Amino acid sequence: MKLDLEKGRVDLTHGSGGRAMHDLISNLFAKHFDNPLLAEGNDQAICKIPESYGSNPCLSVSTDSFVISPLFFPGGNIGNLAVHGTVNDVALAGAKPLWLTAGFILEEGFPLVDLTKIVASMAQAAQEADVQIVTGDTKVVPKGKADGLFINTTGVGVVLVDPLPSVRQIEVGDAIIINGPIGDHAVAIMAARENLKFDEELLSDCASLNGLIEAMVQSGTVIHAMRDPTRGGLSATLNEMATSAKVGIHLDEAAIPVRPAVKGVCEILGLDPLNLANEGKLIAFCPQDQAEPLLQAMRAHPLGCEAVVIGHTTDNPHCFVEMKTKLGGVRMVDWLTGDQLPRIC
Amino acid sequence: MKYIEEFRDQTTGQKLAAVIAQEVQEGREYRFMEFCGGHTHAIFRFGLPDILPTNIRMIHGPGCPVCVLPMSRIDQAIAFAKLPNVTLCCYGDMMRVPGGQRTSLIKAKAEGADVKMVLSPHDALTFAQENPHREVVFFAIGFETTTPPTAVILKQAAQLGLKNFSVSCNHVLTPPALKWLLDSCTSEQGDTPPLDGFVGPSHVSAIIGTKPYEIASRDYGKPVVITGFEPLDVLQAILMLVRQVNAGESKVENEYSRAVTQDGNIKAQKLMHEVFDLRDSFEWRGLGVIPHSALKIRESYATYDAERRYDVPVTAPQENPACQCPAILRGAKEPYDCKLFGKVCTPDNPMGACMVSSEGGCAAAYSYGRKRLKEAS
Repeated sequence: MKLDLEKGRVDLTHGSGGRAMHDLISNLFAKHFDNPLLAEGNDQAICKIPESYGSNPCLSVSTDSFVISPLFFPGGNIGNLAVHGTVNDVALAGAKPLWLTAGFILEEGFPLVDLTKIVASMAQAAQEADVQIVTGDTKVVPKGKADGLFINTTGVGVVLVDPLPSVRQIEVGDAIIINGPIGDHAVAIMAARENLKFDEELLSDCASLNGLIEAMVQSGTVIHAMRDPTRGGLSATLNEMATSAKVGIHLDEAAIPVRPAVKGVCEILGLDPLNLANEGKLIAFCPQDQAEPLLQAMRAHPLGCEAVVIGHTTDNPHCFVEMKTKLGGVRMVDWLTGDQLPRIC
Repeated sequence: MKYIEEFRDQTTGQKLAAVIAQEVQEGREYRFMEFCGGHTHAIFRFGLPDILPTNIRMIHGPGCPVCVLPMSRIDQAIAFAKLPNVTLCCYGDMMRVPGGQRTSLIKAKAEGADVKMVLSPHDALTFAQENPHREVVFFAIGFETTTPPTAVILKQAAQLGLKNFSVSCNHVLTPPALKWLLDSCTSEQGDTPPLDGFVGPSHVSAIIGTKPYEIASRDYGKPVVITGFEPLDVLQAILMLVRQVNAGESKVENEYSRAVTQDGNIKAQKLMHEVFDLRDSFEWRGLGVIPHSALKIRESYATYDAERRYDVPVTAPQENPACQCPAILRGAKEPYDCKLFGKVCTPDNPMGACMVSSEGGCAAAYSYGRKRLKEAS
C-alpha cells in the first residue's frame, strides 16, 4: 500500500527488506538526510577524509540494528549475528573492517546468563573476523518495552581497492556469482520459531565474509559490485541492484543452489527460496571473462567453496529480473512488498 | 523431502509439451480453466505458458480462498481483532488483504489490534490454552482442504471445555462455485466464450473425491482432469484435456491418483458434516452471492462461533466500478484488459479480488508475467 506520511503508521512491512521498506527509506530518510554519500544507495558509505586533514585512505562505514527473535537459533545468536552483519556490510565495498561499535538496548528482567552468552559470542565473532569492538553504549528500558534485547553495531573499515566495487560499475553482460546455497538462515530461524524438525539439522549460514572478500579482492580479478542478500533475499537484493544499475538480470533457476531441507520447508509453507534471508552469502557481479578466475579464488576459501554463476545482466529497458525456470519457461522474479507470508494452500 | 524435483523434471516437461503441441489441432483454440489458485501459481511460477502451444489458453479461476473472501468479512476480522482482550489468529496471507476502509489486519495490528499469524488452526487452539485470560478468535478461511482441520479444533475446544476460544467460519465449497461458473459461462446472454474444460483442484479433491465434478462432465459436457500442483502434473492434465476435447469426450479423469480417490477422504467429510452446516448463501468476492456455497458452525457448537459470540457491525463495502475481476474470474477478460491492472491495482495496493493474494490471476500475472505486458506495449 502507498506510504501515507500524514495519516499512516509504521507497520511490520516497513522493516522487511521489501518494497515497503524501500519506499519508507527513499521517501523519508533519504529525503531528509540527503547528501552525496547517502545518495550512492549502497549498504555502506565510502568516506574520503578531506585532504586538509592529510592524505588518508577511504573509509567504509556501515550500521545495522539487530532485533531477531528468537535470540538464540541453530547456528548462531543475536550477538555473533550483530558482528557478522555489520562486518559484511563494511567489507562488501572491498574494504577491510577494523573497528565496531556496539549499542545495547536491554529489557528490564533480561537474564544476565543469556546476556553473557551473547556478549561472549560477539567477542568470539569479532576475534575471528579480526575486528575490535572499540566503543559501546548500554540502555535499559522498562519490562515490556523491548523484546529481551536489541543490538546496534556500526563498523568502520579501510577500502582496499580502487575503483570501488559499486552498483554504478555494473555493466550489461556481467556474470552474477553467489558463494553458496540460499535460504539457510531464514529457514533455521523459522524452524526455531515454529518448532519444525528436520532429518538433518539445518544451521543458519551467518558468518563474517570479510576473509572471503579479501581473498576475492586480492585475487586481482575485476569485481564490479558486491551485495549480501539478507532480508528480502536474492529477489529483493537483485531487484534493488538492477534498478540502481539500470540493467536487467537473467537468472538460471537450475543453477541457484538450495539445500533439500530449505526446499522442503518452502514447499510445505508455500514460500519461495528466492525471498528468504541469508546472513553469510554474497552476490558478486564481474565481467564474463573474470568469472572463472573469481570462482577459483572464491572456491579456495571455506566460505566460498560452493560458489557458482547463477546468471548475468541484460539490457532489459525495464530493469526486470527474469529467471529461466527449470521447465524451460521464463518468469519474472519480483520483489515483495513486505515479509513473505506462508500461503494457505 | 523427496518427490519435488521428480515432478519438475525439465526433460519430461519438454517431452510432454512436445506431445501437447503435436496433438492440438491447428486453427482451434483450447480454453481451459484451472479452478485452483495453486495451479495458477504453478503455471506462472514455472513459466508454463512459454512451453505450451499458443492456441492453449489457460483461464485463471476463482479457486483462491483469500481472493474470493468478500471485503465485508475482512472488515469483520479487523473488528474482532479490535475488541478489547481479543487476539485474532489468522493465516499469513490474510494479513495484508485490504478491507472496505482500505485497511488490513497488518495495519490494524500497527494501530494496536492484537493479530497473530498462525501456520495451522491447532496453533490458535494452543495459544488459547496457553493464554486463558485472552479471548482467542481463529479466522478460518479456505475451501474443503482447510475445513477439516478447523472442524478438528472445534471438536477439541468442546472436549477441553475451552471458554476463551471461538472460530469465525468463512469456509467455502468448490462444487457450487464450479456450477456457478458453468452456468455463467454457458448462458447465451453471457459475455464469456465457452470453456473447453477444467483442470480440477488437487488438495480439495483429496477431501471431496472425484465424484462432485461429474456435474461438469455429465450435465454441462465439460471434461475435467483432477491434477497435482507440480508442473509435470499440470502439463499431463492439459494433455489429457486436449485428448478428451479432440475425441469429443467429456469425463472426469484423475491424474492425481497418488492423492485423490473417487470417494475422497470419508473421515474428513464426516467430520465436516458433524461440525458445519450449509449457509443459505455466501458472497464470493468477484463472483457475487452464490446459494449454498459456504459453511457455518452448527448449533451444537454455537458457543464456539465468533459470529454469535461477538456483536460486530456488518459492513457492505463497494468494489471499484472499474475493476474487471468478475469478468477475469469467468475467463471473459484477461488481467491486462483491466484499466486498473498494474497502474493503481498492484500487489502493494490491491483493488480487486484477483490481486490480493499471490495465487490470484492478476497478482500472478503481475509478479511473474509483467514482462509480457511491457513487451506488448
